[in-house]
Amino acid sequence: MGMTMTQKILAAHCGKQSVNAGEIIMADVDLALGNDITTPVAINEFEKAGCTKVFDKNKVTFVLDHFTPNKDIKSAEQSKQIRDFARQMGVVNFFDVGEMGIEHALLPEKGLVVSGDLVIGADSHTCTYGALGAFSTGVGSTDLAAAMATGKVWLKVPAAIRFNLTGQLAPHVYGKDLALHIIGLIGVDGALYKSMEFSGEGVSTISISDRLCIANMAIEAGAKNGIFPVDQQTLDFVKEHGSRQPVVCQADPDAEYERVIEIDLSQVVQTVAFPHLPENARTFTDMPEIKIDQVVIGSCTNGRLEDLQIAAEIMKGKKVAKDVRVIIIPATQKIYLEAMEMGLIRTFIEAGCVVSTPTCGPCLGGHMGILAKGERCVATTNRNFVGRMGHTQSEVYLASPAVAAASALAGKIAPAV
Amino acid sequence: MKLKGTVFKYGDNVDTDVIIPARYLNTHNHQELAAHCLEDLDSSFVQRVKQGDIIVAGSNFGSGSSREHAPIAIKASGVGAVVAKSFARIFYRNAINIGLPIVECDAEINEADQIEIDFDNGKLHDITKNQTWDFAPFPDFLQQIIAAGGLLKSISGGKA
Ligand code: SF4
Repeated sequence: MGMTMTQKILAAHCGKQSVNAGEIIMADVDLALGNDITTPVAINEFEKAGCTKVFDKNKVTFVLDHFTPNKDIKSAEQSKQIRDFARQMGVVNFFDVGEMGIEHALLPEKGLVVSGDLVIGADSHTCTYGALGAFSTGVGSTDLAAAMATGKVWLKVPAAIRFNLTGQLAPHVYGKDLALHIIGLIGVDGALYKSMEFSGEGVSTISISDRLCIANMAIEAGAKNGIFPVDQQTLDFVKEHGSRQPVVCQADPDAEYERVIEIDLSQVVQTVAFPHLPENARTFTDMPEIKIDQVVIGSCTNGRLEDLQIAAEIMKGKKVAKDVRVIIIPATQKIYLEAMEMGLIRTFIEAGCVVSTPTCGPCLGGHMGILAKGERCVATTNRNFVGRMGHTQSEVYLASPAVAAASALAGKIAPAV
Repeated sequence: MKLKGTVFKYGDNVDTDVIIPARYLNTHNHQELAAHCLEDLDSSFVQRVKQGDIIVAGSNFGSGSSREHAPIAIKASGVGAVVAKSFARIFYRNAINIGLPIVECDAEINEADQIEIDFDNGKLHDITKNQTWDFAPFPDFLQQIIAAGGLLKSISGGKA
């Protein structure tokens, strides 16, 4: 029986000809990632086990992005523990304030992930790199500790759902709308334990930036990973950003899928996920008027240059609505710089937005834009759980950068036109 | 292994943000985390929970973030095991890796019931209702991790 794209990559990383869904394997990791929240727990486990060095200084990476620049003494202590450890271990790819960006935007930009890689990260949105045709998945701190020590991870080989994409997205409709549409369709546990494999002629019409956004949201459907086939766009991206050679894996023609879902991209419309689950997808045909207090444009989902360009185009020469706070967070230093050179930052500031240094910040309710009781926010982030961005009685509406920008101007949730 | 305890019952999609909100992730001290366990879902949980109590929930328990702080908070609060219709995959592996017993079972159990879990034989018994359900044991590989007391112990030969 044939293998899916994910299964091919997994087989290649455990020295087997083939693997089957449900099988547990010990796989070699090409990269193990931790952030400022999950790494301290991993360091403790690593040290408790008596380990004294990481398996490969080039294949372990730490990004301090969640509570940095450190928001309080406790988070500073946690970051310090990582800083000391990274230096002691000689970790090559250690990204601290000044160099850091949001981990899942940063690693592809730095060329640290290429097609065919197996990447684990103690962060649930590690699935983002599936956009580049890599297998990548989120794990916990103990898994990270074990990988730091041994270079291996245990994985259950997932079954797959195939999404066959045809057509092309309409103007003002983006990868984010498609991701929310899919999660609305299958639910927040619709792909639990499974891989989401995207295929079909429609894939080539989707930009790498949008693929990163879609793969990023795979976890919001419960998936182990989301993965795109490797095409010329992918190869160009990988070549532009790094020096490692990509490995192209393709699904076998007779690969088994638990389900095939057909999606005509031209039928997807601007979509917003209402509180408090990403599956509460609504379109503008059935939307009540929702007044808002805050807009956040950023995060590992939609903080890339393309996202800022889309938002800036809508805001150019306009003013954000009175009483709406608009926070723009370029996901990496490079994006920040490019946005500055392109005049996007000026556009945002003139429109009445604030622009922050790269950080996860408000996305997880960390800092830089916490919501009070009863406040509502449109965010380009990926989660709208109870209390995610602040008070348990605040509300987060998930949307594309286009909808977020249009909403910022309107003072209520509004479509981009 | 057998466990007996009183049930705290919750619904579907109990996510890691309500198990341990991000505002408390500036520490990884187990007791500090336990002091805020489930705070945004059930603010009286920490006052009421006793050593060995059992959480029973619906589908997709532990969805969301990869924070191991979630199973750590639950374990450190004294909870003996979590029973759910299904678990989000990262929570599932984190629980196994840190040695928090979990059971995947679709059982109709009420709040405050007394239940007993027999892990070796895959039986979940509701003492209050006198009703029993079967559940599938973990694959051998995962049982070895659990028996060793967690992933690092299993790979370090018991040192961790
Ligand atoms: S931006 Fe949000 S979702 Fe992405 S890594 Fe940071 S906290 Fe997690």
